[in-house]
Amino acid sequence: MIDNEMMEYIGILAKLELSEEEKDQAKADMQKMLNYIDQLNELDTSNVEPMSHIFPVTNVFREDVVTNGDEREAMLMNAPKQKNGQYQVAKTI
Amino acid sequence: MSGLLDFTALELGSKIQAHEVTAIEALDAVFAQIDKREQKIHAYVTIDREAAYEQAKKVQAKIEQGLLTSPLAGVPVAIKDNMCTKGLLTTCSSKILENFIPPYTAEAVAKLEQAGAVIVGKTNMDEFAMGSTTETSAFGITRNPWNTDHVPGGSSGGSCAAVAANECFYALGSDTGGSIRQPSSFCGVTGMKPTYGTVSRYGLIAYGSSLDQIGPITKNTADCAAVLEVISGYDKKDSTSVARKSYDFTAALKNDVKGMKIGIPEEYIGEGLNEEVRTAILKAADVLKAQGAEVEYFHLDLVDYVIPAYYVIACAEASSNLARFDGVKYGYRAKDFEGLHQMYKKSRSEGFGAEVKRRIMLGSFVLSSGYYDAYYLKALRTKALIKQAFDQAFAKYDIILGPAAPTTAMKIGESLSDPIQMYLGDINTIAVNLAGLPGMSIPCGMDHNGLPIGVQLIADCFEEKKLIQAVYTYEQSRKEEA
Repeated sequence: MIDNEMMEYIGILAKLELSEEEKDQAKADMQKMLNYIDQLNELDTSNVEPMSHIFPVTNVFREDVVTNGDEREAMLMNAPKQKNGQYQVAKTI
Repeated sequence: MSGLLDFTALELGSKIQAHEVTAIEALDAVFAQIDKREQKIHAYVTIDREAAYEQAKKVQAKIEQGLLTSPLAGVPVAIKDNMCTKGLLTTCSSKILENFIPPYTAEAVAKLEQAGAVIVGKTNMDEFAMGSTTETSAFGITRNPWNTDHVPGGSSGGSCAAVAANECFYALGSDTGGSIRQPSSFCGVTGMKPTYGTVSRYGLIAYGSSLDQIGPITKNTADCAAVLEVISGYDKKDSTSVARKSYDFTAALKNDVKGMKIGIPEEYIGEGLNEEVRTAILKAADVLKAQGAEVEYFHLDLVDYVIPAYYVIACAEASSNLARFDGVKYGYRAKDFEGLHQMYKKSRSEGFGAEVKRRIMLGSFVLSSGYYDAYYLKALRTKALIKQAFDQAFAKYDIILGPAAPTTAMKIGESLSDPIQMYLGDINTIAVNLAGLPGMSIPCGMDHNGLPIGVQLIADCFEEKKLIQAVYTYEQSRKEEA
């Protein structure tokens, strides 16, 4: 089921670029995992609602007020590249 | 001063409060031990001695002024490297975060600091907590202090090894599929994964957000309860935080299991379980029975479906959570690339390790259009059934008892080759995360190689006190035995 074309597509979704060698291994691993996961099809879940949270969750709202200090310098310090107090990336246009 | 290291965190804390030991002396003892053992064990990724001593001095001054009276004030702690610590390198044991210095501190760590904890350093882990052996770390493996040819377990392997090797007095770990309980079992320490929502996830670098939970790794049950009492609490900065009725977990340190109903799932002690582990687990059940608990075997549904459901859900969430690592705001950026798109792709491909990429790709696939229903929603429906199975079990039992892992610690290099085999090792711990339950692993014996065996006790959601009481009673009975 997992062919080269599918691996290319997953690479686009995952934003990952694998070497040829990595690709073969990843394809084999993925197929193996999915075969294993297919066990779930033995279960009849037709009348079961998908459960994303164990407990009922509601949105948490607060006033839009800044509570932490100005961390601009500390944040920018972690950027691989910065210029004039901003993140710098490759030219896009 | 090496005698200090034999104290539990609470024992040391009370000596410090009584002015018999200072926070600085405690730190001296820890660093002397680190100098002795760390080269071989490699429990830590980052140690900042200067910052630790500075903190110890501040804490000691406050203790002397009577401003800090927490039972953990002045006690040195190790923090898993996926929790943000302001000004202190936080790598998640990944190349992609090799130079990340957080501008803020995780809520659980901040609570420890308020209680006067002294941070020794950040502990090694499987990269992004994805693994069960601490071998997927980008910064080298951690070795099991009991036998250095073996792994410490994972993903909180560094934290558990640090506690076991006396390179700290207690540690924080995180548990998404067993990452506190399994390495605690392998390293012979006490580890707890609390009910989902009990400890704030704010500042914990996310892996599977619906499953992640921070918890204590300690030398015994009393320490575990005391640490949980400090780090737990409602936090509005974590949207899944739960406001609980009470957080006085140390009140549950009672030596009494009379009338407590304990169920052992037959599926947990059947095929695939190492014989020495089985014997030790059942002996632990006998100890509790002798103390007045009612112990019986029962059939727990759906055990075979837990691992496939978990990997779909955890990888789906990981693929989304790890999308933030793009080489723009922090972390690693590839050197050569053409254009923005390739910068993302190359930075991620060079920055993430093999296991992380494997999980991101699986997660991207199960969430993709055309497969979302068949895989992701199917797994969420299975999760609902698994939760039901536990609800049924807890209608009959106070505690579920079983192993924390099917074996003792594997040899280094033995388990990474086949992902399915590796994932199967999580069979005893994963369901607890899917159902949001609290679970603890405590030492219950040794195998013929001198490696620790852990017994896992599980309680219903919000029943940590029952769990602590059962585990404490077991621990007291074993003490009498010895």
